[in-house]
Amino acid sequence: MYLADSRGTRPAVARDIRPGRRPAAVPTTVLALGTVSLITDVSSEMVTAVLPLYVVAGLGLSPLGFGLLDGINNGVGALVRLAGGHLADRGGRRHKAVAGLGYGLSALCKPLLLFAHTLPVISGVLAADRTGKGLRTAPRDAMISLATEPERRGRAFGVHRAMDTTGALLGPLVAFAVLRATVDGYDAVFAVSGCVAVLGVLVLVLFVPARITPASAVRTPEAMRPTLREAFALLRRPGLRRLTVCAALLGLTTVSDSFLYLLLQREGRLPADLFPLLPLGTAAVFLLLAVPLGALADRVSRRRLFLAGHGVLLLGYGLVLSPWHGVPAVIAVLVLHGTFYAATDGVLAAATAGAVPDRHQGAGQALVGTGQALARFGCSLAFGAAWSLWGGRTALAATACALAVSTLVAAYVLRPAAAAAPDEAVTV
Amino acid sequence: MTRTGRLVILLVAVLLLGSVGTGAVLYAAHRSGLRDEQQADGPTVRAGSVSLRPTSGRRLLVRNLAWGPHRDEIATVPADDPRGPRTASGVTCLRFHAAAGTGICLQAVHGALRDTYRAVVLDARLHERRRFAVPGIPTRARVSPSGHLVAWTVFVSGDSYAGTDFSTRTAIVDTRTWTVDDNLETFRIVRDGHSSHAADTNVWGVTFADDHRFYATLATGGKTYLVRGDVTARTLTTVHRNVECPSLSPDGTRIAYKKRVKGASPDAPWRLYVLDLRTMKETPTAEGRTVDDQALWADDDTLVYALPGDYGSDLWTVPADGGGTARRLMESAVAPAYLG
Repeated sequence: MYLADSRGTRPAVARDIRPGRRPAAVPTTVLALGTVSLITDVSSEMVTAVLPLYVVAGLGLSPLGFGLLDGINNGVGALVRLAGGHLADRGGRRHKAVAGLGYGLSALCKPLLLFAHTLPVISGVLAADRTGKGLRTAPRDAMISLATEPERRGRAFGVHRAMDTTGALLGPLVAFAVLRATVDGYDAVFAVSGCVAVLGVLVLVLFVPARITPASAVRTPEAMRPTLREAFALLRRPGLRRLTVCAALLGLTTVSDSFLYLLLQREGRLPADLFPLLPLGTAAVFLLLAVPLGALADRVSRRRLFLAGHGVLLLGYGLVLSPWHGVPAVIAVLVLHGTFYAATDGVLAAATAGAVPDRHQGAGQALVGTGQALARFGCSLAFGAAWSLWGGRTALAATACALAVSTLVAAYVLRPAAAAAPDEAVTV
Repeated sequence: MTRTGRLVILLVAVLLLGSVGTGAVLYAAHRSGLRDEQQADGPTVRAGSVSLRPTSGRRLLVRNLAWGPHRDEIATVPADDPRGPRTASGVTCLRFHAAAGTGICLQAVHGALRDTYRAVVLDARLHERRRFAVPGIPTRARVSPSGHLVAWTVFVSGDSYAGTDFSTRTAIVDTRTWTVDDNLETFRIVRDGHSSHAADTNVWGVTFADDHRFYATLATGGKTYLVRGDVTARTLTTVHRNVECPSLSPDGTRIAYKKRVKGASPDAPWRLYVLDLRTMKETPTAEGRTVDDQALWADDDTLVYALPGDYGSDLWTVPADGGGTARRLMESAVAPAYLG
């Protein structure tokens, strides 16, 4: 097993293993974080589900151009994620505090929506909500990494992502139940969403340990406070650099979900009313496969599965471009798309965890995650431009070729020989 | 803290938050119950039969928003007495328009898991002729002057993964053949004389000239255009910039529309303008407030449009030539259509 920690020897992680019992497959901390994510996603997806209706039907506004803020939000979100990861590492692992701040900020935004009646104000509240999300993502993934034995991280992240997606699927159901009971009571939806969010923060406060310290950590005062420079110097570690470069490279050739659904609908000549169901299909497959594929990643290799996931995505693109149309073809594309997420999302986080020392988990997760997110955003801009120039089909064909090339490059960069090179060569 | 202690805190919090949530739901349910009771100072609304056939006098059809048992139903008033008693049809619509004996009604269908929407083409007795599932929240509806073509626009927004990005879908149906064009974005776009195709196109707010030609808004690359559409050739040709929700005058010479004006506050960005299609001259109307509606021509000189009101929205009217002043036509109403 490849251990990236420059401190070298790492004793078996002993938490959650009681004498005489089989070691728990997933540490309770991960289950607690998964529960927090599940609850928080119920809360935030409740709002996401009714917000369009609230804006159009409730407030009577025309929200076109509303999405323009997304670009700015993406940029700010990336910076916030980096800050969140780094801040969490500083001061002796303040992961829980920073994550709590992020969850808390998002929770605060839900009742604020009760007072937002114009698009600029609603956009502002949503931006604050996203800042909270950016802040908490890296510390949360760092805590999952720290709480789990290195050999089981793939499964642990898989469990977390499955719980997260469950929340995302449940949220809209709860929201529409409330809306039905109150006949267009959007304020009731926001109030209930706020209560659910507070519950999520509370579960975090009560059931996630304040310090998740691996037994191996050597506590020196210097080691306790990684500086910003150190955080960026993480990129000098070949293991992390390779992962970041590959995640960004592959991110540059990953078409955003909305574009893919749009193409799928147009190419497949899908009835327009089925369009809203497309994201649900992807999410359902992601939910079902996250745990088994995470566990598989632990057995075979996270890098290999991450690459294989992009291969599956490539198949999906091929299917969209193929002459096979109709509902079965669409279902097949969604299965491939969900499989792609299940094979890459948590798996990348698990691979990242293995490439950075424990005290830099937050910053490491943030670097790789931000690299990927910014690259995907860049791809969206490029894809939109390519669509304007050549049309959607050609744009997807070009992206598919680029994805094939970048997958091959990534396979070379992440080849086992390179990955096994010792990281000790770099002093951090 | 012990495990039991934490569980107790969690339990107390669940009870507390549960009560707050339940309270909010009960309060909202109570409030929505009030909307079903006749409002004391509101207009008289009586159930009756509403027909799209020509009658002796000119009539105005609206979605009635006044509180009471007929809220959200299509109701009719004499065109010369808009504040008089309303006759409610029993047909509930979010958006509505009618011409020459054909009605288009966009409705919400409350399902177990989520709301869905449909467009229903109505005959002169407001009976359903055909229904179509639509992929989002209804916003605009129009019938061609002949009653042969109907068009509608809905807002589509992605679920969890696509976030808050809105787009529109506009469809046109020929009620003679039931041919459906369910996404006008697939029409060939001729922008500034060149064929153009972009991923980020949105089309909304169809207004018909006849059974072949129409006008609509095209948005692409952050700009909006007035486009002239051709149902047969399946083309959209840009005519003018910065035009949203066009409405063609009965004589076919002018377009009333929402113009995004410079210096306006971002939460009130539009003003009601009229564009002369021959001279391309823009005339601001006397309505100084932001208007977020597809205006309706009451006749060749007068516009009717909705503005937010105490019970959702009220209908206002203003001369189309830029003179006069805006005045309230009727309260608690939206989605107007004149018959006769």
